[in-house]
Amino acid sequence: MNKLTVSYSPHLHTNQSCAKIMWSVFASLLPAGIAAIFIFGAAALWVILLGVISALVTEGLLQYFNKKKITLSDGSAALTGLLLSYNLPANSPWWLVVIGSFFSVFIGKQIFGGLGQNIFNPALVGRVFLMTCWPKYMTNFMKPLDAGINFFKSFNYDAVTAATPLMMAKEGKAVIDISYWDLFLGKHGGCLGEVCILALLAGALFLLLKKYISWHIPIIYIATVGVFSWIFGSKGLFSGDFLFSILSGGLILGAFFMATDYVTSPLTRKGQAIFAAGCGILTVVIRLWGGYPEGVSYAILMMNAATPIIDRYTKNRIFGR
Amino acid sequence: MKFDSKEFIKGLIKENPTFVLALGLCPTLAVSTALTNGLGMGIAATFVLIGSNIFISLIKNIVPDKIRIPCYIVVIATFVTITELFMKAYSPALNRALGIYVPLIVVNCIVLGRAEAYASKSSVSNSIMDALGMGLGFTLALLLISGIREILGLGTFFGYKIIKSYEPMFIFALPSGALLVIGLLMGFLNLLKNKKT
Repeated sequence: MNKLTVSYSPHLHTNQSCAKIMWSVFASLLPAGIAAIFIFGAAALWVILLGVISALVTEGLLQYFNKKKITLSDGSAALTGLLLSYNLPANSPWWLVVIGSFFSVFIGKQIFGGLGQNIFNPALVGRVFLMTCWPKYMTNFMKPLDAGINFFKSFNYDAVTAATPLMMAKEGKAVIDISYWDLFLGKHGGCLGEVCILALLAGALFLLLKKYISWHIPIIYIATVGVFSWIFGSKGLFSGDFLFSILSGGLILGAFFMATDYVTSPLTRKGQAIFAAGCGILTVVIRLWGGYPEGVSYAILMMNAATPIIDRYTKNRIFGR
Repeated sequence: MKFDSKEFIKGLIKENPTFVLALGLCPTLAVSTALTNGLGMGIAATFVLIGSNIFISLIKNIVPDKIRIPCYIVVIATFVTITELFMKAYSPALNRALGIYVPLIVVNCIVLGRAEAYASKSSVSNSIMDALGMGLGFTLALLLISGIREILGLGTFFGYKIIKSYEPMFIFALPSGALLVIGLLMGFLNLLKNKKT
C-alpha cells in the first residue's frame, strides 16, 4: 500500500558521496607524487603506479571471489594503494610494493568486511607489515637525483646521504647540515611521498578549503609533536628543534592524510583532539626513546586502536537531556 | 575395556584444542617458530596428556572435590618432570630450543582443561582415547602453524633451505606473525565449517 517511504526530517540533500571524497583526497595527494618523481626520478613513478594498480587488482579479485559487489570506482582501494606507495622508499623492489598493497587491502580492509569496517588505517597496516618483514628494504632510502630535470639542476644534493634526517638525528649526529628550506622542498632521503612538504601542504589546503577534513586532527597532532620535541630536546629541557621535528619524517603526510581517515578516527571534535594529542605524544616518544627513528605510522595505528574507547567517552550530549 | 573411536576423532578437527577450543595458545605462539620445535612440543604435550588423563581418571573417585585442582597439578607435574628429564637426556638441542616451555606444560591449559572437563568424569579407556585425539590435534595444529611460519619466516623446511633467492618475511619469525597465522587459520577453518552447514 504505502509505496512512498518518507524518513524523518530534516530532509537535506548534499552533493556529497563517498566516492567523490575519496577521489578528491586521491587528487590532493597527486602534487606530492609529482614532486617525488621530480626528486627521485622515474623509480618513484613505477612504485606509485604499481602500488595503486596492485591495490585495485587485490580489491577487485577479493570482491569477485567473495561474490560481493565490486566497488573499485569508489576510490578507496586506489587511495590505499597510493598512500602505501607514498610510505615506501623510491627504490623499493617491485615485489615489496605488490605484497604491501595486497596485505593492506586484504588484511587491512577486506578481512574486516570492506570499506568502513576496518579498525586500522589499511595503508599503515601494509607499511608496518613490510617494515617488520623486510626492514632492510624499508630503511634503505634513495638519495635524491643529482641532475634529474633541468629545473632542479641548480640544487646541490651532495650534502645529503641516503639516510633520512631523522635517522641521522637518532644516530646522534651533532650537526645535521640540512636547512629548513631543503626539508620543506624535500631535498633529502626518505619515503617518496613524505619528503616534499610544500606539495603535501598544497594538497592539504585543498582538502581543508573543501571541508573534507577538519583542521582539528592535523593541527593538534603537529602542534603536540612540535611542543614535545621542543621540551625534550637533546641539549636539555626546552631546547629541542621543533621546526626540524615537524618538517622531517612522515609527520605532515600522516597528520593530514592518514590520521584524518574518516573510518579510523573519532567522530566528535573533542574525541579528535584527544586522538591527535595521543598521536603526537606517541610519535615523539617513539622518535626520542623508541627503537625506530620514525614513529608516525605506529602512533597513528595505536591511536586507531583507541578510537572506539575515545568515541565512547566523548559522545555529544543529546539536546533536551 | 571398550575404546570409543569417536572420542579420538573429535580432538582432530571438530574440537581441535588450538583452533576450536583456543586452548594452549601461549606455547603455540612461543614454540611454533620451526617445524622441529613444533613437533617436539606436540609429542611432549601428548605424552603428558595421556599420562595425566589415565591417572586422573583412575583417582577421580578418591579425590575430594575441594582440592581436586592441586591433586591434578601434582599428577601433571610428575609427567612433565619425566618428559623434561627424558628430553634433557636424549635431545638436549630440542630442550634448549623449547626452553622454559617444557616445564610450563604443567600449566598448559589443554592438559588441565582435559583433566577437569573430561578425565575427571569419564572412564579410563575413554580418557586414553580423548588424550590421544587431543594430543594429536594439538600436534597437527602446531605442525601446520610452525610449517607456515618456518617456510615464510625462515625460508626453510625442517631446517633445509627451499628456494635460494627467497627473502624471509621476518614477521613470521616473531610472535606477531604467529598471532597472524593462528588468526587467519582459525578464520579459514570457520569459513569451511560455515560453508558445510
